[in-house]
Amino acid sequence: MSLPSLTVSTQWVLHLLTLLLLPPLIPGLINKVKAVMAGRSGPPVLQLYYDLAKLARKQAVFSRTTTWVFLAGPVGTVAAGLVAGLLVPFGHTGTPLSFEGDVILFAYLFGLARFLTVLSALDTGSSFEGMGAAREVAFSALAEPALFLGFAALAKASSSLSLSTMLLGSGLGSGRMAGPLILVLVGWAIVFLAENARIPVDDPNTHLELTMIHEVMVLDHSGRPFALVLYGASLKLLVLGALLMDPVLPRAPQAWQNWLLFGAGLGALAVAVGLVESMSARFRMTKVPQFLIAGILASAFAFLLLLV
Amino acid sequence: MSLYLIAVALLMCSGVPGLFLRRRGGEVAAGLMSLGALMGLTAAVRVLAGGPVATLVLPPAPLASAGLLTLDPLAALFALPVFLLTACAAVYGIGYWDNHQEHARTLRLVLGLLAASLAFLVVATHALPFLLGWEGMTISAFLLVLTEDRLPEVRRAAWLYLVCTHTGTLALFGAFALLSAATGQWTFSALPLGFAATGRGTALFLLCLFGFGFKAGIMPLHLWLPSTHAAAPSHVSAVMSGVMIKMGILGLVRLLCWIPDPPFWWGAVLMGLGALSGVLGVAFALGQHDLKRLLAYHSIENIGIILLGLGLGVLGKSTGHPVIQVLGFAGALLHVLNHSLFKGLLFLAAGSVIHATGTRDLERMGGLGQRMPWTSGAFLLGSWAISGLPPLNGFVSEWFIYLGSFRTLGLFRWPWSLLVLTALALIGALALACFAKAHGAVFLGAPRSEAAGGAHEAPRSMRVPMGILAAGCALIGLAPMLLAPALDRVVAALGEGTRVQPLAPLAHLPSLSLLALVLLGLAFLLWRWLRPLDPGRTMPTWDCGYAVSSPRMQYTASSFADGLVAGLRWALWPRSRGGKVAGCFPADHPFESHVPDLVLDRITDPAFQSLSMGAVLLRFLQGGKVHIYLLYVLLTLLTLLLWMVA
Amino acid sequence: MSPDLLIALTILSNFVLVATSRVNKAIQIAVVQGILLGLIPLAMGLGRHPHILLMVAATIAVKGWLIPFLLRRALREVHIPREVDPYVGYTVSLMLCALGTGLSLILAHMLPLKGGTKEILLVPAALSTLFTGFLMLVSRRKALTQVVGYLILENGIYLFGLLLVEDMPLLVETGILLDLFVGVFVMGIVINHIRTAFDSTDTRHLAELRD
Repeated sequence: MSLPSLTVSTQWVLHLLTLLLLPPLIPGLINKVKAVMAGRSGPPVLQLYYDLAKLARKQAVFSRTTTWVFLAGPVGTVAAGLVAGLLVPFGHTGTPLSFEGDVILFAYLFGLARFLTVLSALDTGSSFEGMGAAREVAFSALAEPALFLGFAALAKASSSLSLSTMLLGSGLGSGRMAGPLILVLVGWAIVFLAENARIPVDDPNTHLELTMIHEVMVLDHSGRPFALVLYGASLKLLVLGALLMDPVLPRAPQAWQNWLLFGAGLGALAVAVGLVESMSARFRMTKVPQFLIAGILASAFAFLLLLV
Repeated sequence: MSLYLIAVALLMCSGVPGLFLRRRGGEVAAGLMSLGALMGLTAAVRVLAGGPVATLVLPPAPLASAGLLTLDPLAALFALPVFLLTACAAVYGIGYWDNHQEHARTLRLVLGLLAASLAFLVVATHALPFLLGWEGMTISAFLLVLTEDRLPEVRRAAWLYLVCTHTGTLALFGAFALLSAATGQWTFSALPLGFAATGRGTALFLLCLFGFGFKAGIMPLHLWLPSTHAAAPSHVSAVMSGVMIKMGILGLVRLLCWIPDPPFWWGAVLMGLGALSGVLGVAFALGQHDLKRLLAYHSIENIGIILLGLGLGVLGKSTGHPVIQVLGFAGALLHVLNHSLFKGLLFLAAGSVIHATGTRDLERMGGLGQRMPWTSGAFLLGSWAISGLPPLNGFVSEWFIYLGSFRTLGLFRWPWSLLVLTALALIGALALACFAKAHGAVFLGAPRSEAAGGAHEAPRSMRVPMGILAAGCALIGLAPMLLAPALDRVVAALGEGTRVQPLAPLAHLPSLSLLALVLLGLAFLLWRWLRPLDPGRTMPTWDCGYAVSSPRMQYTASSFADGLVAGLRWALWPRSRGGKVAGCFPADHPFESHVPDLVLDRITDPAFQSLSMGAVLLRFLQGGKVHIYLLYVLLTLLTLLLWMVA
Repeated sequence: MSPDLLIALTILSNFVLVATSRVNKAIQIAVVQGILLGLIPLAMGLGRHPHILLMVAATIAVKGWLIPFLLRRALREVHIPREVDPYVGYTVSLMLCALGTGLSLILAHMLPLKGGTKEILLVPAALSTLFTGFLMLVSRRKALTQVVGYLILENGIYLFGLLLVEDMPLLVETGILLDLFVGVFVMGIVINHIRTAFDSTDTRHLAELRD
């Protein structure tokens, strides 16, 4: 574990502030891009901040079928997301906490969030939410190996098990790494889309029974719990987006330049997601497993390429 | 050592006063068991904390060589779940199986005998006490499974268990004979270098794998596990699943202690079997709708994880990488302890549910979280731990195994690390799905039947053991550093002859604990933030505007798991009947789906059926007349005599 | 008295036993054989060992008095008609017994036995008594007659044991006598049960118990 020294305490503070305050910006950016592509002006980029403030003032309504487990879902998502955010580096700016093997903790924190969300969905006793929960666990069983295989490939390439070293050590520079790195990023992009409920896996704007996975699990939340749900979703976008961006970002000599590059990278990612969402349609439910298996194969090939 | 032996004696006699007392037999038995457990735990913890290894030498005359009972760190580590879980089961039995139920007194008596045999087996380091303890454990477990012997499926399960376990014991006899031929004595001692690579070494490994594998429930030798755990009373299932099957693992670990130079392929075989058991175990669990069968299949899955760790350790030992060796063995041994804790907790909670609703069927439960809050919390904690999620203990042992497998990434030509990683990742995801299904179907939502609607919370005598086990899970999860020195000592015994590194700095346990505390702190703060505006629960579920929803419209356990079962049907071969509806307003139509056990129902049962049908052809030999049988004896005698002179 | 004479009388008693048709007679012959067997060690000159004297006394008491007493009591209680109807006719039984004795003589000559056994008739006698016992077990129907056949079988084994009586005396003796006693005990119970279950002691009825 790398201990902090006084000279990087400001990096720490910046990291924490970014982690806490930046997430709601990303969905706003994505929605803006989608609106522009559709020829509308769309909601302001800061819309989610306004929504969260509004929801924090509202009273929550609970169903009589639910127990305390209903609230554990939103709480778990945000708590796990924040702790995972402490482990992942934002560009080449360093992370507050880094130790060998933190990749596993990172992946399992998201597993924890998923577990608690699924339970809170089942707590309502509705068939709709049960359906979403069933689909969620089935698809995540396919997404997990893709994530882990990508980690394995990067761990082999960088001979280290710490998240920060893995993501920042291998740049696009070395020719031998280019092929496997692209495959890993493709696999992780698929996992990103699946975990964050983006088209083509899931449509965040739909409310049709046939097509929902993540939306349907949070139907009954309102007020402050719902605020946590929305915030948790955007937190996931930030953290997984950082995971995706880090191997690609170049290293700049100054710290503020690195922060700027990170912001730019994240913005580019949001724009890319918005473009993908605008230009493609959602897959049929039966094609989603094939899509995820493609992700597994990409990561697996990346690993195998590194073996030979 | 004397403390330990007094503990064993107390355990053995704990059920005896209950035979004569009219009431309060359960309390007396539980009290004696707890006293014995405390004494045994003290002795074990003393050895684990660095105390001297205690040895008892038994008189040689009946044993042909000095018999030994040794309380070394390995035995002490395995003794921890023995004492803890059996004491918890005894306390639980006060409320769960009181004198009004059938065979209550016999149950208490034989439970004490089982506990004593387990404690005796753990410290045996000589073939004869080991086999005596083994048989005692087998027979006591058989009698305990037969508690409700009026039901035919209970009788069948007990019979199946007896046959399977004795087949394994036969293999063990052969293994011990080989061992004593190689070392020249019956006491457990190290084998000479190079033995493991010979044909006899291979035979020893395979016999031990077969014999201990039957007891541990490694696929495909797991056929007795699901039905036996479902048929026994729940606290007995807890002891069986949490402790008894670990005795198979104890045997394998002792085998690894005797071999200073295991070959590479032993580790590969262990890892392969571990991956198979783990993935298939959890896959079969997904298809079950009987709560206790589901938990039994998860035991098979966790044995698979333990084998993955053991295989990794053997890999490290055989190739000379001490780090991998330490991480693999430590992960496997810690998972032994962890699994006994959370599986015991899960079975006790399941027993509480069955006690309250009278059914084991997941499709008839629901909504018990509001009616049985403590049991629900205990089951949730157990599910959380068994899915390997932070910050509880299941994560810590899987963490060790993950670290060890990541370390092998650069090392070998064959991608063993890939196998371990994908297997563990898949197991984790599927276990999460399965326990979301189990917890959701039982405790969440609305009750699906009247039995579930009228459930009541368990009495305090049943809640206290659950609380103790839950506290153990949380403690190990939040502060694993406490166990690191003990694990170091045990791993040192496994790695005799090689340099062994200490565990704590390797695995960054302090960072884990720190992050766990941060997680809990954040969760607490967020929870407090949610609290103020709670108006009470008076509304029905909104559910996007469904007007008339009934509890029967909820997702059932089988429908929840259906996607995954369909995806895994190449392994599970589910059977279903009915279900094809036609027309716009179809009439009522029955549907039934079932996932039978692959090995038992599709391989061994049909094989034995065809064998007995073939044997009918030989019926003519069995005339029924005593004279014919005596004639057979005479003819055999004549044949032997003639053969001898010819 | 020469041991060979006693052994020859034993072989003769086998023939008589096989040819008799009455249960009472069979029991009497079994008694005679028992007493003969009890006296053989004395004739072999082993009377100098005190425990062998004890063994002789015990053998004569058990085989000569106790077991026939039990059998006669069973005979009285069960009211068996005194006739015995075998699977194999009496003439054929006699011929089989003679064949068995001849086979025993040949086999005894060819078996790898300990050298220096003076009583060269002992082993053939043992084998032939064994075969006679088996023959009775296999061919007789009445349970009591089968018990007698079992006793004769034990006599044959006892004769074998006499070969070892100097080396392992106590073991052979106690083993045999215990065996015998248990066998008769069990047979007594069996006969009782057959009677209560089928109202008859014809062991043909046991075949109804088959699966």
